[in-house]
Amino acid sequence: MSTTTSNRPALSVENSFAVPSATPQLRQQLLVLYLGTSALDSDVIGWTRYDGTGRSHPTMGDSDEAPYANGLDALQDGWRLLQMSQLLGHEHGHEYTTGYLPYEFLFERLVDITA
Amino acid sequence: MTTLVDRKHRLTSVEMAHFVSHGSVVLSGVVPDSLNERAIGVLDAGLPGHPYGTPLDTAFPVGTFVRELLDLPAVAGAVQSLVGPDPVIDHHAVHVRPPHGGEAQNMHGDAILDTRADAFDVQLMYYPREVTLEQGGTLSVPGTHLRRINQTGIGRYQNLAGQTRLTCEAGTVVLLHHGIWHGGRRNDSDQPRYMFKIRFNPTVRQLRLWNTDDIDDPAVRQELSSTFGWTHANEGRLELVNRAKLWRYLTGDEQFDIDYYLTREQIRPSHIAPGATDVRLGSNRSADGWGL
Repeated sequence: MSTTTSNRPALSVENSFAVPSATPQLRQQLLVLYLGTSALDSDVIGWTRYDGTGRSHPTMGDSDEAPYANGLDALQDGWRLLQMSQLLGHEHGHEYTTGYLPYEFLFERLVDITA
Repeated sequence: MTTLVDRKHRLTSVEMAHFVSHGSVVLSGVVPDSLNERAIGVLDAGLPGHPYGTPLDTAFPVGTFVRELLDLPAVAGAVQSLVGPDPVIDHHAVHVRPPHGGEAQNMHGDAILDTRADAFDVQLMYYPREVTLEQGGTLSVPGTHLRRINQTGIGRYQNLAGQTRLTCEAGTVVLLHHGIWHGGRRNDSDQPRYMFKIRFNPTVRQLRLWNTDDIDDPAVRQELSSTFGWTHANEGRLELVNRAKLWRYLTGDEQFDIDYYLTREQIRPSHIAPGATDVRLGSNRSADGWGL
């Protein structure tokens, strides 16, 4: 029976994660749209933004006008869709119970902070 | 408040319906200036705390400023319409947002997820001074109060269509259903923004506590069916079902319905029609088999 040689990692976790990014000039901006139905082209009923550039501070209640009328408009404006909500079944006996908004669509775009 | 408030000071059925659909009632400027002017000193001095569920007479006895506020007919009438006579105090607090101070809170529901679908607590919020838009009055989302969420699990929602930001004249009292989604906003003005709040727990079943003289007014149904930006969606109709259920609890009318949804769900007739009593049952398992 051969013994397995241990594979020592080349770097510690801290050092490996301290290696500079291959795209240091890029930052992510996130746009979360809550839509009226599971369809991407349905109306926006809620929106959230996070700014990875650090240049602005989106926050609760910062706007009354949605940035887009529907999810498809965001896609056509260049936002990249990362994830959309899974469609979940309705729990027996609690079919009419409402809770968190069910149709969440997460978009990103990349910004060059050196531009 | 330990005696029953005269009917004329209680909320009407239309106002109750507004509370059921919106999750709030606003009493604009009902507190006179004579109290508002004294309020700041009282709030700055601080108010003693009490254990959860302290009776009203113990927490705010006659002779205290807060009792004077709560005994105003319009305020007493609204509180009694919502939580009944002799409510107990869940807790209370003074909130002062300093000028150019603080950051907006994330959207949240108070306390933790509340599983009550019928009985409810009410939070009274008193604004002794005028609140302008830039002073950062509370943002709330009408109609969200019947949804089951936990605390800041909704913190990811920065803006919802139809959200409202409180602006009001001095002496305004707002009453909120305990479940409404809301968040404090940043005060961008030069003035501190004062708010005093009390959460009430009911001690009676919340059944027909308001002035029901207008219970048959068509405006009741219209109010119950109110829509907001965010309800123009797949879940808007489910909210109508939740409101109908709450209205049944409040009125004792177990047949009440909005748009037939709850009634339709119960349509499972057991009556056997004469034409369906033919004894021939048709195909049965002796005729069934693989490959047959």
